[in-house]
Amino acid sequence: MTPYTKYQSRYNFAFIDESTKKEIRRKLLKAIAIPGYQVPYSSPEMPIARGWGTGGLHVTLSLIGKEDVLKVIDQGSDASVNACNLREFIQSMTQCQTTYDTVDATLIQSRHRITEEALREDQIFIFQVPQPEPLRSVERYEFKTRQMHGEADYAKMWVSLYESFVRHGDIMLGAGYPVKVNGRYIMAPSPIPRWDIPNLSQAKTLYLFGAGREKRLYAVPPFTTVEPLEFEDVKFNIEQFGDQRCYKTKYTRAFLDELYLDDGSRMHVVNDSNFLDKLEAGAEVNPFFNPYLAKIDL
Amino acid sequence: MSMQQHPWLLRVENLTKIYGEPGPDTLSKTGPSFESNICPDTDSIVACADVSFDLYPGEVLGIVGESGSGKSTVVKLLCFDMEPSVGNAWLRPYMDGAVDMLHVSGQQKRFIRHHLMGVVYQNPRDGLNFRFSSGGNIAEKLIMAGHMHVGRIRERASFLLEKTEVPIRRMDDLPASFSGGMQQRVQIAKAIANHPPLLFLDEVTTGLDVSVQAKVLDLIRELQQELGVAMIVVSHDLSVIRMLTDRTLVMKNGRVVESGLTDQILQDPQHPYTQLLVSSLL
Repeated sequence: MTPYTKYQSRYNFAFIDESTKKEIRRKLLKAIAIPGYQVPYSSPEMPIARGWGTGGLHVTLSLIGKEDVLKVIDQGSDASVNACNLREFIQSMTQCQTTYDTVDATLIQSRHRITEEALREDQIFIFQVPQPEPLRSVERYEFKTRQMHGEADYAKMWVSLYESFVRHGDIMLGAGYPVKVNGRYIMAPSPIPRWDIPNLSQAKTLYLFGAGREKRLYAVPPFTTVEPLEFEDVKFNIEQFGDQRCYKTKYTRAFLDELYLDDGSRMHVVNDSNFLDKLEAGAEVNPFFNPYLAKIDL
Repeated sequence: MSMQQHPWLLRVENLTKIYGEPGPDTLSKTGPSFESNICPDTDSIVACADVSFDLYPGEVLGIVGESGSGKSTVVKLLCFDMEPSVGNAWLRPYMDGAVDMLHVSGQQKRFIRHHLMGVVYQNPRDGLNFRFSSGGNIAEKLIMAGHMHVGRIRERASFLLEKTEVPIRRMDDLPASFSGGMQQRVQIAKAIANHPPLLFLDEVTTGLDVSVQAKVLDLIRELQQELGVAMIVVSHDLSVIRMLTDRTLVMKNGRVVESGLTDQILQDPQHPYTQLLVSSLL
């Protein structure tokens, strides 16, 4: 079969032209220098619509080299449509190697999950972010939220947590729980479940966040403190699955998906597909140390 | 400190707000003697000019005048809702009164506003966040002052609501479901939440019916006597001024035309405008 090269040669390596990649990298450097601060960037046109993972794509494509090993996950799964298409696109534009294995990857682009397996210094983890502004739920004007960030004026955010506690008896934020980065900026951790929040703090990996539609980049550099917002008497906690366990592996110390069966019954399964594969194969796994796990189980 | 030294709480000098580009004669061609605050040369509008006064701890100062006289502008400038064109103000509890609070950073202004001041607006929608419960609104003020314990915040909020005669079981309801008088009382509870030494009241009873007005005024007077908080009361209503204040500034066309003890001003008005104002009071 003839290799499919006809149109590829018309694009630059990794699709985006070099000067734009440079601009994105420059903005990423600024984002890393000011942890949690949202840096505006160009958000160039991509072959998919803004808001469908373009922010993550921009970051990945501006960083990727031929020797990189790429993993793309969508809500924990390597096999969903979004993950497959993004992976194929990046692969066809770079001819880089791709993998499902968290350990082998050097670049990981993700939508709304951090891997269960611990990440290393030589890996970069890239989030696709739909809404980078944590204060948007309490303040709809951008000029005001910028001022609030500038002056560290976060009382409204705290009041919304107070209100949530008063109305529901707990802080009812499932995904995208607001965090304070390096003691300064409040950041939207992209809508990752609360389960993943502790893995952002003092991690070995560089976490980069790209919001294509909102045109913002931000970062959590390695070994940066990331604290979920909590009151002195109302504390943050991760999701609890009670006595549920993965129906395939009986595993309990991972984020579980709830499956509804045709007869209306429910089962749970490990959400991270690569982690599940490894558990099923009986392979060695090296999960993150999650301090909140010790509080909930056994 | 002896009483002779008169340790002021708030000192205001030369407070001026001009909209538009002022000309060289803008200030000399406007004011009560011209019956106008619009500059004939440049069309700029002098909302208030050359307002200077001292406010003493625990004192209640009234600012009275017709609409457009600049009385609300003075309060808005002092609580940082607007930026002054010219002017200085010092607040004793902030840096011991050594730093002009109108020319510090936005962050510092916010600190002053949330730690050392309380503001009650005419319209509860300006002072309360209608998307938060009444307890949440009080919590906002407490959180801004650094309280981070939900249990203690709720304790303090229920204490304040009790004080302002709002039923405590409505603490977790939205203020939108309250009557106007109740909204105003929640606003007062929020304003005094962390014992500010200075309270601004901007036309707080305007728009309330007479019996509710009386209740709100009673409440303000009680709180003033109990907490000893200094107040600046803005009103066009001389009976409110007479009931609440010790000293009064009378404003017209952006200038202070007369100032003195409230009783004196009401008994023996000197400026023709004040005379008109007092004679029309029935």
